[in-house]
Amino acid sequence: MPHWNKYLNLSAGPLLSIIVAMLIGAVFILAIGHNPLDVYYLLFSETLGNSYGIGQVLFKATPLIFTGLSVAIAFKAGLFNIGAEGQLNIGAFASAWAGFTFVSLPWYLLIPLSILAAFAAGAFWASIAGALKAKFGSHEVINTIMLNFIALALVSYLVNNVYLVPATIHTPGISPNAVLARFDIITGLFKGSPFNISFLIALAACIFMFYLIKITPLGYEITTLGFNRNAARYAKMNISRLTVAGLALAGGFAGLGGMNFVNGYKHYFEIGFSENAGYVGIAVALIARNNPFAVIAVAIFFGVLEYGGLTINTMVPKEIVTILQGLIILLVISLSYLFDKKNFRIKHSPAIG
Amino acid sequence: MKYKILILAITLLTFSCGKKDEPQNNTGKLKVGLVFDVGGRGDKSFNDAAYRGLEKAKQELGIEFEYIEPGPGADREAALRQFSNRKDISVIFGIGFIFTDEITKIALEYPDKKYACVDYTVDPAKTIPPNLVALEFREEEGSFLVGAIAGLLTKSNKVGFVGGMESPLIKKFQVSYEAGVKHVNPKCEVLIGYAGVTGDAFKNPGKGKELALGQYSEGVDIIYHASGVTGLGVFEAAREVKKFAIGVDSDQNDEAPGIVITSMIKVVDVSVYEIIKEVKDGTFKGGRVENFGLKSKGVDYVYSEKNRHLIPDEVHKRVETIRQEIIEGKISIPVK
Repeated sequence: MPHWNKYLNLSAGPLLSIIVAMLIGAVFILAIGHNPLDVYYLLFSETLGNSYGIGQVLFKATPLIFTGLSVAIAFKAGLFNIGAEGQLNIGAFASAWAGFTFVSLPWYLLIPLSILAAFAAGAFWASIAGALKAKFGSHEVINTIMLNFIALALVSYLVNNVYLVPATIHTPGISPNAVLARFDIITGLFKGSPFNISFLIALAACIFMFYLIKITPLGYEITTLGFNRNAARYAKMNISRLTVAGLALAGGFAGLGGMNFVNGYKHYFEIGFSENAGYVGIAVALIARNNPFAVIAVAIFFGVLEYGGLTINTMVPKEIVTILQGLIILLVISLSYLFDKKNFRIKHSPAIG
Repeated sequence: MKYKILILAITLLTFSCGKKDEPQNNTGKLKVGLVFDVGGRGDKSFNDAAYRGLEKAKQELGIEFEYIEPGPGADREAALRQFSNRKDISVIFGIGFIFTDEITKIALEYPDKKYACVDYTVDPAKTIPPNLVALEFREEEGSFLVGAIAGLLTKSNKVGFVGGMESPLIKKFQVSYEAGVKHVNPKCEVLIGYAGVTGDAFKNPGKGKELALGQYSEGVDIIYHASGVTGLGVFEAAREVKKFAIGVDSDQNDEAPGIVITSMIKVVDVSVYEIIKEVKDGTFKGGRVENFGLKSKGVDYVYSEKNRHLIPDEVHKRVETIRQEIIEGKISIPVK
């Protein structure tokens, strides 16, 4: 089973990193004067030990799948999308706007419209960075970071000055027809957690990205651009168009991520809802090595950490979890390098192979 | 990321020096769960005031407490629910107007638990659940008074305001402060700055300092801040250029003695303590709004031995007259 071996090798690095990170994290927990075993037990039992906890984890994982995909597809095109946070906010606002503006539409029109609005708004926002890169060659890292600030200021302005519900920090509510149902209402499971249908949209987005890369000409061109810019140019591919398209797709994915909160949970747009999901998406994509299905697994793991941080917060500061996340990212990046070297050796050494 | 980790590691180590393990016991004592606002503990103002209330209740009433510092977004409901699911916790606090929706919802879901929310936004169209007390503070009354103090004390006829997150709540501080300044000194100019547009704007002292230095360099001599941790940067700037500042929420005199003229205080600590006491005495009654204004001394400005020398007698006298006029309803204070 050569495939199995490949996946084992691929996941060995991340798994080892997680274990090492938790050991280092244990030192910090000890330093605060708590038993790490107690803390970790609480973290995992509260997140994965009951159906409410699982629902919370999957709810937290949903936007991370979207932002993970966003960063991953940009990586495929050789572009570094740091702008998922801004794209997520713009997309979420667009989805909310569609929801509270077109209130008279039936659900089978309003939900597709909301999805379209979220995707298009995120895509538009990211393609600004794409166009700047294509036209003037300014680096997308700078552009996307700066667009994050503009995006946050823009949605905040719109909420505070145009669409405000007084004495809150959110917009009016969306039409009931734009609501993505919660699983606890449909199935009776996950009681109390806002885990909702947008998770299924996230899974669909993963499949979409997989096929896009695997079988469409656009996917082929994007991957070529990512592998070697000059090769792509030599093959007479339109680099400018591909740069804009790659970032637009990235922005579209990120834009959809806000539906989890807006259409699935609160039914309005709230300032600060995104909790840095855009930035965590970078880590998700890195650890998942831009594989859309691995993104799901990594996002769920980060969901465990994100919700777990809250559950152990009565014992330790939740920065502990931020430390764990940071350690895991650092270790994965450095360890995967080690593992890759080993793979190389195995492949080419007749004595072992 | 590396820097972030380094900073966090240092923060944690600092924390670890002071914090002691609290023994877990199930002695059947009254146990309180409190969920902080975005600023979290250590803001030297709003959240810390709530924490003082808890500490006082622990010492004087022998209660136990636990707290959570949630992030923005979905964490608030999850944190409230986490406490509500616990058998040993019977009273739960939400600190900040931002909890209004969530705590109402959770209170209805858990009728056996008791809830209180500081700065709860009262909506006349909705009823408050019978197990929830809304704690409402009239910050505009206190802000008006410190505005009057600033307006009377300024020598340059220019005063400043530094807000945290640009939002209707903080706008209320700003507008009523401006009104207070103009009430006593119509010619005085008020410069306004906000640290940002998200919750993070309440914990950005660097930005606070930058804004304050900007205003001081334009001739402002007194700045009132309503910005949580961000305000610590305002004090830092005031110390640097030897000008004055006005604190908020708690008595912030100790942050910069001789520089903090006064503070607009909200007795969040007293309100938290009183609610816990009511629960302990069995007199807790939900479904109501508890109002804290100048009249009940729920909001006030600081005038103590520590800062008396900064406020001349005639200023104090004038401000006290204004206080009386506000209480009697002779002055109407704009809030937006």
